[in-house]
Amino acid sequence: MTLCLVRTGRSRDVASFERLFVYFGPRIRSYMLKRALDGPLAEELMQETMMMVWRKASMFDPQRGNASAWVFTLARNVMIDNLRKAKRPQFDPNDPAFVPDAPEPPDSHFEQDESAKRMRQALSTLPKEQAELLHMSFFEDISHSMIAEKTNLPLGTVKSRIRAAFSKLRSTLGEER
Amino acid sequence: MSQINHHISDALLLEYAAGSLEEGWSLAVATHLALCPDCRKRLTLMEATGGALMEDIEPERAPDAEKASWESMLRRLKAEPVEQPVSEPDTAQTLAVNDQAVPEPLRSYIGGSLDNVGWRRAGIGAAQYRIPVEGDINVRLLRVGPGRPLPEHGHGGRELTLILHGCYHCDDEAFGPGDFSEEDEDTVHEPVVTPDGECICLIVTDAPLKFRSRIMRAFQPLLGI
Repeated sequence: MTLCLVRTGRSRDVASFERLFVYFGPRIRSYMLKRALDGPLAEELMQETMMMVWRKASMFDPQRGNASAWVFTLARNVMIDNLRKAKRPQFDPNDPAFVPDAPEPPDSHFEQDESAKRMRQALSTLPKEQAELLHMSFFEDISHSMIAEKTNLPLGTVKSRIRAAFSKLRSTLGEER
Repeated sequence: MSQINHHISDALLLEYAAGSLEEGWSLAVATHLALCPDCRKRLTLMEATGGALMEDIEPERAPDAEKASWESMLRRLKAEPVEQPVSEPDTAQTLAVNDQAVPEPLRSYIGGSLDNVGWRRAGIGAAQYRIPVEGDINVRLLRVGPGRPLPEHGHGGRELTLILHGCYHCDDEAFGPGDFSEEDEDTVHEPVVTPDGECICLIVTDAPLKFRSRIMRAFQPLLGI
């Protein structure tokens, strides 16, 4: 998928874009449906997201992440604009006051499609209660205090499980590298 | 920018990554992110997690609907102007040294420089400037003189502080430019600005009288907050 995204960006290749659409379209629609609870609206927001994929594909940098992570951020931003109707302040990497990343050591690059696969494998090693919290965080429009109420857990437990989940993900992904 | 020692918690950063955070909180989070490559790296992992979870969704298969959906997409593609790939906007500009303390997105919210902000007096040796945002969230810049305590400003809910200039001490810990602090109703803290200079920070709190919890609402009159 990462290759299709790069091709879409470089040569405006409709066949590559169709593969992206066939793969990501239904997943984005499901994501939107979880938030919007409205079929036609979810379809419209999926189309809007894929339009952004088409327009912005040339800005995708495979060194900085895999295709599904990048498509997810576009879908999330379309969701915020249209469903939450909220502003989401973002940092601007071109801002002179922005503090840039330290240069990466040369051996830190890895095959990105594989990285998407490894990411999913790492997620599958999480304990069920941690994985569930991540699901709720990404797919339900509720804050962590609302998650705490819904699951009957103290807010501190919700927060410590989230911390444990990411520390496990970081160590799983770090160890393999 | 000196070394940043106090970062955004995983829980808060996840809310930003998932798109669940309101404008006011996001402003503090995103401004810290502009200053902190470490937190941006953690954000990237969270966005990759969101991507992987989205990829893991097993979508329903409805071939006819998918075909119609792609045809409708193709119509939209054809309606697009022929070749206008979006490129990164070039916002490179020069900034006065003093303004370097305030990166985007905060800089646009305060209209540029900390020097030109319309400061209003807030107690002895302190001034504040309110930044309007959507919803019931209170966002302000606070400017406190050397050696002075930060005025009590919490309302019992979540409270975020991002230091833009100067330093303060809190519970034997030093907080300097770029440092991020996150408190909730359980914590009592009394930051005191270091004697060597004034401190300017961005503070985001739940607006008063808007507690979600019924218990807090009930106690509010007694607590005088």
